[in-house]
Amino acid sequence: MPRPTEQRIVLLLKVLIWMVGLGPVAWLIYGWFQGNLGVNPIEKVILVQGRWTLVFLLAAMAVTPIRRLTGWNRVVQLRRLVGLFAFFHASLHFLAYAGLDQFFEWPYIVEDVIERPYITAGFTAFVLLLPLAVTSTRGWIRRLGKRWQRLHRLAYVAAALGVLHFFWKVKADTFWPLVSALLLAGLFGIRVWHRVRQARQPRRGTSPPVAA
Amino acid sequence: MIIRSKPKSQPVSSEITKEADYVSRRRFIAGITAAGVGAAMIPAVRRDPESSAPLQDEPNSFDEITSYNNFYEFGLGKEDPAANAHSMVTSPWTVTVDGLCSNPGEYHLEDFMKPSALEDRVYRLRCVEAWSMVIPWQGFPLADVVRRAEPTGSARYVAFETLWDPAQMPERRWRPRNGWPYREGLRLDEAQHPLALLVTGLYGKTLPNQNGAPLRLAVPWKYGFKSIKSIVRMTFTEEMPATTWSATTPGEYGFFANVNPQVSHPRWSQARERRIGELRRRETLMFNGYADEVASLYDGLDLARWF
Repeated sequence: MPRPTEQRIVLLLKVLIWMVGLGPVAWLIYGWFQGNLGVNPIEKVILVQGRWTLVFLLAAMAVTPIRRLTGWNRVVQLRRLVGLFAFFHASLHFLAYAGLDQFFEWPYIVEDVIERPYITAGFTAFVLLLPLAVTSTRGWIRRLGKRWQRLHRLAYVAAALGVLHFFWKVKADTFWPLVSALLLAGLFGIRVWHRVRQARQPRRGTSPPVAA
Repeated sequence: MIIRSKPKSQPVSSEITKEADYVSRRRFIAGITAAGVGAAMIPAVRRDPESSAPLQDEPNSFDEITSYNNFYEFGLGKEDPAANAHSMVTSPWTVTVDGLCSNPGEYHLEDFMKPSALEDRVYRLRCVEAWSMVIPWQGFPLADVVRRAEPTGSARYVAFETLWDPAQMPERRWRPRNGWPYREGLRLDEAQHPLALLVTGLYGKTLPNQNGAPLRLAVPWKYGFKSIKSIVRMTFTEEMPATTWSATTPGEYGFFANVNPQVSHPRWSQARERRIGELRRRETLMFNGYADEVASLYDGLDLARWF
């Protein structure tokens, strides 16, 4: 039976995620019209949206490891919201690039996507997130069954491409790309480690014991 | 005798717009954004026919020029130099001239500047990162300094060095391949070109630290990183000197670094640029619009190879 306090914690965390998710957008909109995004506001909008996309992607990826490390299963209830905010920021990041930076001049955008590896990587990551966002509803989870989980492992590919995109973009300051790469590798490592451990320990109660 | 001639592409100083006229610019941009984004939903043609119209070269505001800088010794973010560069001591300042020249020396900055008359020059600055500004500098021709140093017959290049003093410069995250200090260089004929300017002032004021006080270079037909800041040394050499960016990432930044819309940076296009303060990108011009003055320096040089 779920205890009411736990439900309240989940609710509280959801409110927090909404605030963290919408906060940067509100700040950017306010800053844009106040003129305090610096002298290259378009660049600032794109940078901030890109940063928050990665933060939410890594956070979504951290849900399962956190559940395993802490044993607090209800953290899983937060994953969809976190993942959708990653998609939300990725969409705004792309829109800011295509609309504000390139003024929807599609020939330039297509050229960028095809010819500039960092944009190819970032755009691919964004495209991979699309089906994940679409199939995030209860109905799709039920309909896809086991395949849903396999499909949603694409989030790892998207995150890896996102980090690569970040790495290839910077001119000299590889500090934050490196940090995000290490975080992603760490989260992936926890998963692999868990798998290996599970494979070593025969699961109890899943198969009938073989009599000697 | 000092001949003060102005190149054709350079606006006269009376064209410099008063600072007050810029105050409303930001609000103007915010206002047109809504309309602009709406209009942009209609796909635009690739080559804007308007781009062949005469250059609109309104100088950027003092605030824009002094708050968005690349000066990695003071941090890697665009706003870091403005926040951190105050720790640099620019007075007293010594400039050393050495290498293959008959008249080497160490000069106090005041003595170094004294023989030349200061001029106003409004130059476009095109950063290799595809943004640009228009900047009203004050300075004196680099050619004056070259002449006074009397380079010997074997001198073919001038190497420049930025101050490097970790105690005054907080950057800890980046290590260029050849180490600090920041180094740049020009071919001797480039250094003698009348457009090459040693800068000591901005908007009629003393050059702010984040812009390379007290002495920097402005070579407006080259990407911004060639216009080295806070110069402490000039060395005449026979061999092409190692420069910080071309040594650190040789596949991305060359020695010449002439502005060239036809030669893409390996990671992004150089065909267009964002003029700071403008919403839409504009076409980048060959040699940053100074082709009439400088193109002949590169006759017979394969600009795609010697980028």
